Amino acid sequence: MSATELPSRQQVEDLLYKEAALLDEWRLEEWLELLAEDAIYEIPPTDVPEGDSRNTLFIVADDAVRIRSRVKQLLGKSAWAENPHSRTRRMIANVRVLGSDGENILVTANFAVHRMRYESVDTYIGHYDYKLLRRGNDLRIRERRVILDNEALRPHGKISFIL
Amino acid sequence: MDKSTESYIIDDQDAGLFRVNRRAFTDPECLQEERRRIFDKCWIYVGHESEVPHAGDYRSRNAAGRPMILVRGDDSVARVLLNTCTHRGAMVCRQNSGNAKTFQCPYHAWTYNSRGQLVGVPGEDSYSDAFKRDDLGLAAPPQVDNYRGFIFACFDPAAESLYDYLAGAREYLDLVADQSELGMKIVAGQQSYSARANWKLLMENSYDGYHGLPTHQRYFSFLSDIGIDFKGNNLGAPVRQKTVDLGNGHAVLEYQSAWGRPIAHWVPPFGEHRKEHFEQLRRRFDDRFGPERARRICETSRNLGIFPNLVINDIMAITVRTFFPVSPDYMEVNAWALAPIEESAADSKLRLDNFLTFLGPGGFATPDDVEMLESCQRGFANREVAWSDISRGMKREHPSITDELQMRAFWRRWNQLMTTPQIRRARKAA
Ligand code: FES
Ligand SMILES: [Fe+2]
Repeated sequence: MSATELPSRQQVEDLLYKEAALLDEWRLEEWLELLAEDAIYEIPPTDVPEGDSRNTLFIVADDAVRIRSRVKQLLGKSAWAENPHSRTRRMIANVRVLGSDGENILVTANFAVHRMRYESVDTYIGHYDYKLLRRGNDLRIRERRVILDNEALRPHGKISFIL
Repeated sequence: MDKSTESYIIDDQDAGLFRVNRRAFTDPECLQEERRRIFDKCWIYVGHESEVPHAGDYRSRNAAGRPMILVRGDDSVARVLLNTCTHRGAMVCRQNSGNAKTFQCPYHAWTYNSRGQLVGVPGEDSYSDAFKRDDLGLAAPPQVDNYRGFIFACFDPAAESLYDYLAGAREYLDLVADQSELGMKIVAGQQSYSARANWKLLMENSYDGYHGLPTHQRYFSFLSDIGIDFKGNNLGAPVRQKTVDLGNGHAVLEYQSAWGRPIAHWVPPFGEHRKEHFEQLRRRFDDRFGPERARRICETSRNLGIFPNLVINDIMAITVRTFFPVSPDYMEVNAWALAPIEESAADSKLRLDNFLTFLGPGGFATPDDVEMLESCQRGFANREVAWSDISRGMKREHPSITDELQMRAFWRRWNQLMTTPQIRRARKAA
């Protein structure tokens, strides 16, 4: 099977729903296993959603080393912004397999993430752009780009968990 | 009793005791007074000239509680205009940024040019001779000025000049601005976030060296993970460091950095192959400024607080940050990255990486700061505990960066403006 042979929408949905469950349950080590070794995770700023992290100030622009470090911190006790952990609930919808760029399978999906903490509910709305790879029968996440529709992180204040 | 002339602070220099009444963080009347006595009287940062490089470039800004437009006119002057139509009030600029020859009000279609002059009034012949277009251009703050690219506005026509207002802070702005031979620029992308806390808590936090180790353990463990050795060179025991009261409520921490600085201070995680390049950059600084000033620009970090609400932290990257109160327990924060215009693409990438590992709403440190500020604000609900203590290092001859001299400088100025009776009388007379 070629690396970029397109999966069915259901296969992709299974992956994204599983990812959502792992993140909501704070099973971040298992979430890392869904990622390719050279994975990147990016959240562009709300005013330049199409920006390039090489020349634009992002909110998150993690390479594989930083993703792992982020997970390690979030599971440790001194990430005060997530100690105690917030509760999150993700809604993933409008999943579409867009095609391939030759190297990666391109997928997009809408999301609503609700974050509950200290009696506040913050809602993050937007869409994900994924680049996926085939590994045998599995799919791996090569790139995960989170594009927020929120005009600003207000009143949220921060993105202290994996969005 | 008139609460507004009652001191908010206890400043006992003989005993070495400094306290701030927590009413300053929670009282809605205090916020009303702050709007009049602080935000209407002080020089307030609006933006950087690099954000509007070409004629017609504009940015919408909210500063000092007012919607404004930072715009470069067709005469190439960067101006600050108040974003309200002089006809009946609608906002004439409704985009966050862009380039425009004119701003046309959507309500009745009055049109202003990029200098703010009123140039179009539909059906102008219906007005009397008393109606003069020239009087009806977009208003501007009574004073607007620029120090080395940083544009400030002041709503007090009688206020001292920006130059005098900045006082000792100019020296530190120079250390930032001198990092480029061509000029500094704000990088694309604004971090817009908030905190459910009083705005002054963020001012305190932005140059609070005492909280570095306990609050940011995870950042220091990240640094050691990527191979930065900061024995004898960490925030708890820096090699060279000082904290300085710069006058007018401004203050700074200056210290030898544990982290690398993309400007010209190489550390191993930047990569062996970049070492020579950084040494070259450094030699240029030596040539321009001599070794001592070059060392200061390149190797030391600065957490600079400009009263009342501008922070320029020139640390592992340069953040420019402002924040305004919406209510006593909620503020809106805006932050940008500043960099030399001529910085190479590779260095710029390194700078942004360095920025994001520590700073910003998704960084490895800022979320924990926000958490702590919100935690303080929630703690203030215990009104029985009326005072916060800010006396650390008060009896020390040379306070260190983990002392609280910088905050005392802020609070003394703040208290003075908030409680001076003349300011209040002038307002009553008006
Ligand atoms: S309010 Fe602007 S044209 Fe009438
Ligand atoms: Fe901090």
